[in-house]
Amino acid sequence: MVEFRLPKNSRLTVGKTWPRPKNAKNVRKFKIYRWDPDLGKNPRVDVYFLDMDDCGPMVLDALIKIKNEIDPTLSFRRSCREGICGSCAMNIGGGNTLACIFGLDEVKGDISIYPLPHMPVVKDLIPDLTNFYAQHASIMPWLETKTDRPKEEWRQSIEDRKKLDGLYECVMCASCSTSCPSYWWNGDKYLGPAALLHAYRWIIDSRDQATSERLEDLQDPFKLYRCHTIMNCTKTCPKGLNPAKSIAEIKKLMVEKAA
Amino acid sequence: MEESRNNNRPLSPHLDIYQYQITWTVSIMHRITGVAMTLGLLLIVAWLVAAAFSPGLFSVIDGFLRSWIGMIIIFGSLWAFWFHFLNGIRHLFWDLGYGFNLSTVWRSGWVVVLGSIILTIFSFLIF
Repeated sequence: MVEFRLPKNSRLTVGKTWPRPKNAKNVRKFKIYRWDPDLGKNPRVDVYFLDMDDCGPMVLDALIKIKNEIDPTLSFRRSCREGICGSCAMNIGGGNTLACIFGLDEVKGDISIYPLPHMPVVKDLIPDLTNFYAQHASIMPWLETKTDRPKEEWRQSIEDRKKLDGLYECVMCASCSTSCPSYWWNGDKYLGPAALLHAYRWIIDSRDQATSERLEDLQDPFKLYRCHTIMNCTKTCPKGLNPAKSIAEIKKLMVEKAA
Repeated sequence: MEESRNNNRPLSPHLDIYQYQITWTVSIMHRITGVAMTLGLLLIVAWLVAAAFSPGLFSVIDGFLRSWIGMIIIFGSLWAFWFHFLNGIRHLFWDLGYGFNLSTVWRSGWVVVLGSIILTIFSFLIF
């Protein structure tokens, strides 16, 4: 449902301003969303200052530096630090991206960091992705086959394999889905760009034998058709993929199927 | 216990913190102009109905439309129409599967914004 205002328990308050580093010449200000489930209070925005002459180049470097040197209670997910695990997705400077591959120099002025938008918050920058993962599971992200298993592997031509380029690279970071206003308002029923990109990845896989069932499953007022080609998903994808294009291709297949 | 904790979880900020981008800004304008255009059309219908009904009623509505408030409404409705029309064409291309590259989206978005302004001024002067 469309609800522009945040619920009462979610409205932001002014947080703590942490001390500036001493003798630093190149200081930048970070405004970071904080929420601790144990405090029983509303979320707040804490302000931190970092010496940029003594900090790595990426936003994740800055977050780790804050956690190590200023405030060990700051919580965020991270793992691979090279844009392949998809853990550190968050809203940086107003757009969703992966903190590990997003340069601090890509934001001008103060750096605002929030959790992925319109998601339940577990703690600080950690959103609850349960629904997001359940939606991915619902599109059957595996090869469905009906014929007997071949003696060796399921073969695919080079051309058919090429159709999966731009799709298989998705790391399920949820940046796109949580950038989508349609997903904000109807995330319970609309699958969102990430799950739909994956749906398309299996629909056009030449080895898959459940194409028709997959399309039928999406024949619903919400699951697919809540996409209004807003394009925030493609704009924000940290891997440079194009979920909006995948969704458009599914819509085209739906028309062909109906004809 | 798990459930009560889940209910307590805050919702992360969305509209207030998301960067203005041509993508969703034009998208929401498409909706707003769609509604505005329809309301403007109602006024034109009222104008025509009044013309068919009586000279007295017509002069009232015609007078209103020719007042400065009426002119602003006509100008706004014209812009809403052109914006919605141009972005509608953009949507038709998308429905055919074209124009999904980010650079194309950026360019076509600005064509809609600037094109609608130019066409509005042009058609207002003719009117």
